[in-house]
This record gives sequence, C-alpha cells and structure tokens, in this order.
Amino acid sequence: MDLSLKPEHKAFADEVRAFARENLSPATREKTFSGKHYDRDDHMVWQKALGKKGWLAYTWPKKYGGPGWDVTQRFLFENVLAEEGAPRILPFGPKMVGPVIYTFGTEAQKERFLPGIRSSEVSWCQGYSEPGAGSDLANLRTRAVREGDHYIVNGQKTWTSFAHWGDWIFCLVRTNMDAKPQEGISFLLIDMKTPGVTVRPIIMTDGAHHVNDVFLDNVKVPVENLIGKENEGWTCAKFLLANERLGIAEVPSSKRGVSVLRKIARIEPQDGGTLADDPAFTAQIADIDLQVQALEMSELRVLSTMAQGGAPGPEVSTLKVRGSEIQQRIAELTMEAVGEYAQPYQPGMLFHDTNETPIGPDHAPPAAPRYFNMRKTSIYGGSTEIQKNIVSKMVLGL
Amino acid sequence: MDLSLSDEQKQLQEAAERFVRDKYAFDARRKIAATERGWLPENWAQFAELGWLGMAFSEEDGGYGGGPIETMIVMEQFGKGLVLEPFLPTVVLGGGMIARAGSAAQKEALLAPMIEGKKQFAFAWLERQSRYNLADVSLKATKEGTGWSLSGHKGVVYNAASADEIIVLARTGGSAREPKGLTLFVVDAKAKGLSRRDYPTQDALRASELTFDKVSVGADAVLGKVDEAFPVVEEAVDRAIVALCAEATGCMDAINAGTLEYIKTRKQFGVPIGKFQVLQHRMVDCFTNAQEARSMTLMASLKIDDKDPTVRAKAASGAKVQIGKSGKFCGQSAVQMHGGMGVTDEMAVSHYFKRLTMIDLMFGNQQHHLTRYSNLAMAA
Repeated sequence: MDLSLKPEHKAFADEVRAFARENLSPATREKTFSGKHYDRDDHMVWQKALGKKGWLAYTWPKKYGGPGWDVTQRFLFENVLAEEGAPRILPFGPKMVGPVIYTFGTEAQKERFLPGIRSSEVSWCQGYSEPGAGSDLANLRTRAVREGDHYIVNGQKTWTSFAHWGDWIFCLVRTNMDAKPQEGISFLLIDMKTPGVTVRPIIMTDGAHHVNDVFLDNVKVPVENLIGKENEGWTCAKFLLANERLGIAEVPSSKRGVSVLRKIARIEPQDGGTLADDPAFTAQIADIDLQVQALEMSELRVLSTMAQGGAPGPEVSTLKVRGSEIQQRIAELTMEAVGEYAQPYQPGMLFHDTNETPIGPDHAPPAAPRYFNMRKTSIYGGSTEIQKNIVSKMVLGL
Repeated sequence: MDLSLSDEQKQLQEAAERFVRDKYAFDARRKIAATERGWLPENWAQFAELGWLGMAFSEEDGGYGGGPIETMIVMEQFGKGLVLEPFLPTVVLGGGMIARAGSAAQKEALLAPMIEGKKQFAFAWLERQSRYNLADVSLKATKEGTGWSLSGHKGVVYNAASADEIIVLARTGGSAREPKGLTLFVVDAKAKGLSRRDYPTQDALRASELTFDKVSVGADAVLGKVDEAFPVVEEAVDRAIVALCAEATGCMDAINAGTLEYIKTRKQFGVPIGKFQVLQHRMVDCFTNAQEARSMTLMASLKIDDKDPTVRAKAASGAKVQIGKSGKFCGQSAVQMHGGMGVTDEMAVSHYFKRLTMIDLMFGNQQHHLTRYSNLAMAA
C-alpha cells in the first residue's frame, strides 16, 4: 500500500496540467473560480479539445477509443482539471450512454454512435425521469409501440439537463404494458430533431435554465436505435445508474470549493481583520475539509477494488449521499462567509458576460444562488432517501 | 402568566390573515414583485387604514398603544404570504428609532405622516466591511456651519428607492468600530450628492447601494444625540430581529403546510410518499422546529420591552439563533421532500426557502447571535 505517486504518474499529471493551460479559455476558467454559469461554448469548446486529444471519454478502454488509463491516471486527470478550473465534462455522452452502448450495443451501433461521443461532436441528454417516475423510476409511462421497423413513442420526460443543447436523447420507454414495472422497459436512442420532440425550459430557483421537460408526441424512432434487447432496458438503466453514482460525488470540485472558501475567508472583512481570524468559522471549514478527505479516500478504496477487477457495489451509494451533503455544506459556508452581501440578486453577473461591477465583493453574486441550486444534489441521480434504501437493503441486508 | 391573545389581538390576527389570503396568493405576489416599486401603494394605504402602521406606537406619539405582540402578530402573517411591502424598514426600524430618539418636531414631521401612510423610511447602517458589527461604521459626518456634511458608502439598504427619508448611521467621532461617536441623521432621499444603485434581493425585495458625496444636512437632521446613537441603533435592531423572527415563523408554518400537503398527495411506489417513515419523521422534526421557533419568538416579543438592555439583547439573539436553525431545517427539508419540484422557481416552496435563508443573513446569522448570546450570558 502506498499513497505516493510514481515518477511516471507525476509526469502524467504535468502533461494534463500543460494541456489544460493551453486549451482552457481564460474566460471559462474565470467563470469556474468566480462561480458564474457556463454557456454552451464554455462546455463545447473545451470538450472538443479534450475529444481531439482523445481524453474526453477518459474512462473508456482502449478497445473503444478511450485512453485505457488506470485508476491513478483517472484520479489525477480529474483532480488536475478541477484545480485548473475546467468545467466538469457533461456526463451524458462519455460517462452515461457511451459505456451503455459499448457494453450492450451491436457492432453497428458502436460504430455509429461512439465516435461522436468521444469527439463531443454529438451532445446527449438523459430521458429517465417523468412526472410520475422520480424516485420510483420503474413507474415510467412513456410508451414505445412497434410499427414495422419503427417505434412510435409517446410520453413526457422531465428534469432533462441540457435537452436544449442536446442532439440526441437516450430514453427509457415502456414497450410492454402488461409486464411487471421493471420488465417491460427498453433503452432507446432518439434524435432530438425527429418531428414530435418538444423541449420546454424549467427555470430553477436561482433563475437558471439547465433542465427541461421533453415532450414526445408520436415520435417515429427506427428499431435499430434500440440498445440491448426489447423489454430488457432495465439492465442498461441500472448499469448506467451505478456508473453515475460513482462520479457524482464530485470530490475534485469539492476540494476546489474548500480552497476557494479559504480564500474568501481571507478576504471577507470582520471586526477590522478578516473572517480567517475567526476560529468559529475556520473550524467549520476544517470540518468540511476533513469530510472531503474521508470521502476521497473512500472513493479511492472503491476505485482500487475496481482496478483489481471488481465492480462498484451498492456501497457507492454512500459516496453519492456524502458527496452531495458536502457540496451543499461548502455552498452554505461560502454564502455565510459573504454574509449580508449575499442578499443582492445579480443575474447579470451570473449568466452574462458583463462589464458591470458586482455589488459587494467579486465572489458575492453566485454565493446564495449556488446554495439554493446545490439543494438539487441530494435529489438528482437518486435522492438521498433512495440511496439509503439501497444501502440498507443491498449492503446491510435489512 | 397568560400567553393568550386579547380579543383585539385576535381581531388583528384575523385581519392580517385576511389580507394575506386576499392579496398574496402566490401568483399575485409574483406580479407585485415584478412591479417597478416591488410593492403596492394600495396595500400600504390599506395598512394605514387598518391602523397597522401606528399600532405599535404610544398614544402620545400618535399611535394606538400596542407593542411588540401586535408587531409579532402582523409580521407572522406577512411571513405566511411573503409580503413585499416595506413594513420592517419603515415602521419597525425607521418609526422605532424616531419614536425612541426623535424630538417632538421630528415626531410630528416624520412619525405622524408615517402612521398615516404618507412617509416611508430606509435604514442605512451596513458598509462593505461591517459584516454584523453595528459599530463598524466609517461613513463620515463632519461639521459644516451649523449643519453636517456626509460622505461615504452604505450597502444593502432595504427600501431606499421608495423611502422619503433615509436614516443614516454615520461616524462623528471616536475610532473605527468604537460604539461611541456614532450619530443618526435623517436625510432626504432626494438630497444633492446622494446617489443610488438599486437592485432586487434574492427573495424579491428591493435594496440599494448608496453613495454620499458631501451630502449637506441641517443640525435638525440629527436624530437623538450626537455621538450617542449606538444604544438607539442596537435596540432598534433587536426589535427588528424579533419582528423578523415572527416573519420567519409565518414562513415556516407556510412551508411546512405546503410540504405536508405535498407528501400526502405525491405518489411513488403506489402510495403517497408521506407513508414512508423516513419522511414522516422528517416532517415531525419540521413541526417541532417550527414550534420551537414560535416559542422563542414569543418569549423575545415579551422581553423586548425590558428596561435591562442585556435581557432584551439576550432574548433577541436567542430567538435569532433558533430561527436560523429552524428556518434552515424546515427550508432544506421542504425542498428535499418536494424533490425536483422544490428547486424550481414555479413552486412556492423555493420562495419561502429563499426568504428564510435571507432572514438568517440579516442583522447577524445564527453563528453571530450564538456568540453574542454566549458573551452576554457568560458576562452575567
């Protein structure tokens, strides 16, 4: 057992850092550290650069065009990019549907879809949740009825992140109405340009537009877009959710969050000094710092098991639960550090490139909106309640 | 001991409930928030007519002889409706300081028209470096002939854009952060040299950054005694804190009621999600938190008139700690139990959550008041 890095891994980290410094636009980087929202280009320009380098699908094996990195390399890659202020890689293509396609898809499907995911030329979004199917995902009602060599799809998906940027959506649809909830589901890829697909924005509490309703009205989908077998889509769905839970703990960005929080505490005035002089506050930063370390080490232990051929087990749910709590707490402490100046609502400073000077310090505008927004992390990707049910049932056998 | 409301107080409560029901349905509030002022003059006129603007002031000051309990009753209902009219800055803070420290002439010129609904106020105390320290004031007032000249900056001044007069806390002597040497000035909102940058707050109220560039005022603009404003301000802020606590209890009642309704009706796994024990217990904790918040608010409202400033300060800080804790618990829990709906702009729950969060940040958060309470309690 050894925590230290070998020389080749240090060289690898240097290479990743050099790449980020060369390819990440200063404007995008600035948005990361100031907490502003990215626009489509911030994500796409960066992802295409990664794609060109062969690093966008960084978790994929070489066989499918990934770099075939080991656990240490992935860990370094994620951490260095977070430190450099890179936007997170939108997971829908490279982390979600990509692995489903190379695991369950046909050769033709792999050839057709994987290159666009690796290069980020094609953007994906996720059609899982529905108004009646949130925590109870298997209750989904969107129907796909086979007509010749097509499915006709009708229904509504919701909470679809970045559907307004998406070229394709991967959907869970019901293909057998008579079977048990989890048995009549299929995994279908739908081109967003198909007639009958409509996207409606959902505005979040901080005023941001990230998620959408997606309405599917007699959408004609070729049968060759079915991944895996008809009525066996739940297997793909579960495989994808397990992968999602692993990355969703967001440890590298929380580490960055702690270091930004310490910087803010050193700037924020209090009683003639700064907030950094206040042990009651700095102890709270220390507490969350240690929680991040515990989470990171737990995640590394899971990854280490996986490296020796194991699959991530249901215990990854604990990582998701703690990861979301930590992200929320960091956002909360950041808002509290800003204090009274977290009250002005400054959408111009959050969403647009502007020459306006902020009200209060530069770090004030996103503080409260981010706190409000981060409440979603214990809801999306399987709520905390659902994750705990999984752990109590699958890990503890209760 | 008697903790029940009088008949008059019950009538006041019913009238406030009726106002919120009639004027502050969720969509109606959204429309009010989107108006230029961010509040409705017709509602303000109704407050005056109902006597709410004068209820907490003594009869010799032109009021109706009520007190903190009346304020608590009305603020609680305002919290239920997330009412946007500037009652706190105008009546509780502005009116409160004028009643406490104003001359007879000032009361006649300012308080009487306020009670009639014809004058509004804003209270400018915060500066960029102040955080929660009321004495951390550097805006300078210097003698100029018989009057004064004010220069400096004030931040997050609620209702500055609608106010007729801004009550400004300025340094006239002493060193940085020294409580002695602070003076209150009543400044015409349209005074020469006073400029504003207006904005909405996270919870749809209105505030401004103010810059004072050699703003000249007469000697009669001083509210209370020169250099001696700190005790006046501290008391006014304690009273405002208790009023905010009452507002927060109203917010918690509303957010809990909405969440309870939601978990009774939202179905997953074939049953209302309120059938799951983990949500039942969380809902119980929300109600317990709201009860504690109500109790501490009532206690603070009953102690706020105490002659001993330490009793008053401990009560205000104690209630603010409770409101911070309970507000956070109820707000975060409500969002969580609403699932994705809880983080959307279209649901009322997210708006109550924002207001509760902002209340915690106003005049000192939970941690600040825990420290203040602790210092006062240890000194005893």
